[in-house]
Amino acid sequence: MKISRHFTQEIARVVIGVAAFSTLAVMFWILYQVLREGLPLLHLSFFVEPPREMGRAGGISSTIIGTLALTVVAIVIATPLGVGTAIFLREYTRESRISRVIRFGTDCLAGVPSIIFGLFGFVFFVIFLGMGWSILSGGLTLAAMILPTIICTAEEAIKSIPYSFREVSYGLGGTRWQTIRRVVLPNAFPGILTGVLLGVGRSVGETAAVILTAGSSFLMPDSIFSPIRTMAVHFYILAREGISMEMAYATGAGLIILILIINTVANWLLFRYVHRG
Amino acid sequence: MALSSISVLALIAFFIFEEGLPLMWKVGLQSFLLGDRWFPSKGSFGIFPMIVGSFWVTLGALVVGVPLGLACAIFLCELTSPKVGMVLRPMIQLLAAIPSVIYGFWGLIVLVPLIRNHLGGPGLSILAGSFVLGIMILPTIISISEDSLRALPRIYKEGALSLGATHWQTIWRVLLPAARSGIVASIILGMGRALGETMAMIMILGNAAQMPHSILNSARTLTTNIGIEMGYASGNHRAALFATGVVLFFIIMGLNSLALVISRKGRA
Amino acid sequence: MTPTRATLRILSLALCLSQILLPGCHRKQGGVSVVGSTSVQPFAEALAEEFMVGHSTEKIFIQGGGSTAGIQAVFTGAAQVGMSSRKLEENEKALIAVPIIYDAIAVIVHRTNFLDSLSMDQVREIYAGRITRWKEVGGTDRAITVVTREEGSGTRETFQNLVMGKKEEISLGALVQDSNGAIRQVVADDPNAIGFISLGLVNERVKALKLDGTEPTVENVRAHRYQIVRPFLFVFKAPPQGIAKEFLEYVLSPKGQKLLMQEGLVSMDQNLPSEARK
Repeated sequence: MKISRHFTQEIARVVIGVAAFSTLAVMFWILYQVLREGLPLLHLSFFVEPPREMGRAGGISSTIIGTLALTVVAIVIATPLGVGTAIFLREYTRESRISRVIRFGTDCLAGVPSIIFGLFGFVFFVIFLGMGWSILSGGLTLAAMILPTIICTAEEAIKSIPYSFREVSYGLGGTRWQTIRRVVLPNAFPGILTGVLLGVGRSVGETAAVILTAGSSFLMPDSIFSPIRTMAVHFYILAREGISMEMAYATGAGLIILILIINTVANWLLFRYVHRG
Repeated sequence: MALSSISVLALIAFFIFEEGLPLMWKVGLQSFLLGDRWFPSKGSFGIFPMIVGSFWVTLGALVVGVPLGLACAIFLCELTSPKVGMVLRPMIQLLAAIPSVIYGFWGLIVLVPLIRNHLGGPGLSILAGSFVLGIMILPTIISISEDSLRALPRIYKEGALSLGATHWQTIWRVLLPAARSGIVASIILGMGRALGETMAMIMILGNAAQMPHSILNSARTLTTNIGIEMGYASGNHRAALFATGVVLFFIIMGLNSLALVISRKGRA
Repeated sequence: MTPTRATLRILSLALCLSQILLPGCHRKQGGVSVVGSTSVQPFAEALAEEFMVGHSTEKIFIQGGGSTAGIQAVFTGAAQVGMSSRKLEENEKALIAVPIIYDAIAVIVHRTNFLDSLSMDQVREIYAGRITRWKEVGGTDRAITVVTREEGSGTRETFQNLVMGKKEEISLGALVQDSNGAIRQVVADDPNAIGFISLGLVNERVKALKLDGTEPTVENVRAHRYQIVRPFLFVFKAPPQGIAKEFLEYVLSPKGQKLLMQEGLVSMDQNLPSEARK
């Protein structure tokens, strides 16, 4: 019996539809599970109290601070370097060997797995430079991890600004640097910000590299030389050790909500940016 | 300033190699890569079981992730209205941002007992790892494949339809082959991500340092080998872990370069 | 501003920053870093929590990473105090090791496991991979899931030395988990599993087996009837000073020891009464 093409089409449609639906359903179901168990446990005290009794009681305040501190350090270091590289690639050079080498390096760096960053950070920042397990070591390692993302998005943002903008500036007698500062950067800002937020998202979720470089002490940090535990690390430790399932769920829920907020802001910015341009 | 990314990469490579290479020479490249006994306390440093473990887990992840991912990409691109797409796409991005430890946790709580009770074995297995890993690489495959499909000139689709092909025939015989390079690139990137995953795998693979014989066996990947013993290792043991890192580094660099080459060829 | 002037400005800023950051790179924080064994870690954290209640200006940072990592950290100066759950090796003898308490290692199985006790020989055979089904030790015909700690763990090494002996190795097919808590989790969930953890960590979710007829209890350890015991050590590079010394003194004081004993650890000091487990 010859199967008509229309029949095949209907079958295909159904199969694809079911596959896609079930895939997305499973993925969201995973989030739902964690949120369902964890959300009820999220009251204000959870966020302002530090962990007690190895995590069985108390809250996650020190881990929130830890996550924030690490992310801030990473962003502060990676953004100028990343944007600078993007400006260099786009504004100061033509397509040449140098730019190709830089792009290759960036692409490669983007693919390095997080455990290797962890090994590197451990050997270089913690041991070789003597910084010990600290916010600084962790932040620097994270900065290296998010650098490619920032370079990429910054480059895209700068690339998408029409040349006419620059022409106007040059026509009025501006120098290259003035043009960059006053015309290109402000217009590329939303795009760059998106890249930064993507980097933030990555830093928040990173676990392997953080344990190896920032340690896992859950006390409130004193300075950037103190070790800290981030929310992701806390979640991992709680889940593995079976110390307290409720706390694990609650931390997980907190983590998901944080990521949700970051992503929503990033998308909203992107939306505004697209609208303006 | 701009050379920062290159210098960082070089630094990383330098330090990892510096710690790991001497041990690889000492033990001998062949016995390191092909030896099947990993017993650091007795001086055996064969990582072949880990290479095999990585291979199987990644393959399994692709088996799960590629068909489902492509299905979703096709679904988003061709089978739903743009409005639905606008809602779903950010949600898929969100899934990509979820930390891997959360997926690992779910795997531990839900999947592992399921496998143990219904299929046998300890539950902490390659099957569990592949499944969770497959889910983790789905957003990558979906978004890049979908972008490739959407970037195709409309003339491809319109031409095929006007020649009398059904929608599905158009998708299957025209659009997918045309977007092939982007899709392949997304698969390779997904593979890279799968190979590099550590934390979730430590949670659900069981980490037995043996050659796996079935997908219900526990296994260890190159990444989990490093992750699980790094804290305790010193001297030769630590160097061996760095050497594992060296091998991992090469594999991922190779994969990424391949992805770049393929996607550039496609764009040209 | 021309690009060159901008670059110069940035460079000088970077130079200034590095002057501030780099010299301070070597341990500027106050407080004490205690690093090492994950077995000792939860107890050290409990001790530190209590200690800091009485000394609110001092900070004790506890970190895991493993016995070996802790000892290394003390060598290099990255930490002031190392935690170890195994005795020091030959090449580590230059350091000072102070036993703070003793800990027994218990062999555990699932709550519903029919077994109550095993002989040392049987445990050895199971871990060596020669006994593979529960039937062989008198149970149902199911495959045994063997769980161990990772290489380099003090707990594993003690188990290796005291249970496996010099000639036997733990089978490569055993599942590996990177902490006692994780082993406890696996055994609590898998009816076919067997594992070994710190006695102080045994709770109602798992069952501790008698070895050669002797139950792993604090009394049996103190009476030297249960022999799978190891010391928890605090390791120092030089005689401890300042906060580190105060912390050590607290840990060795009756208050500190009482806290540890309440958690299920064992003091070998025959003068101290053994505490009933909470």
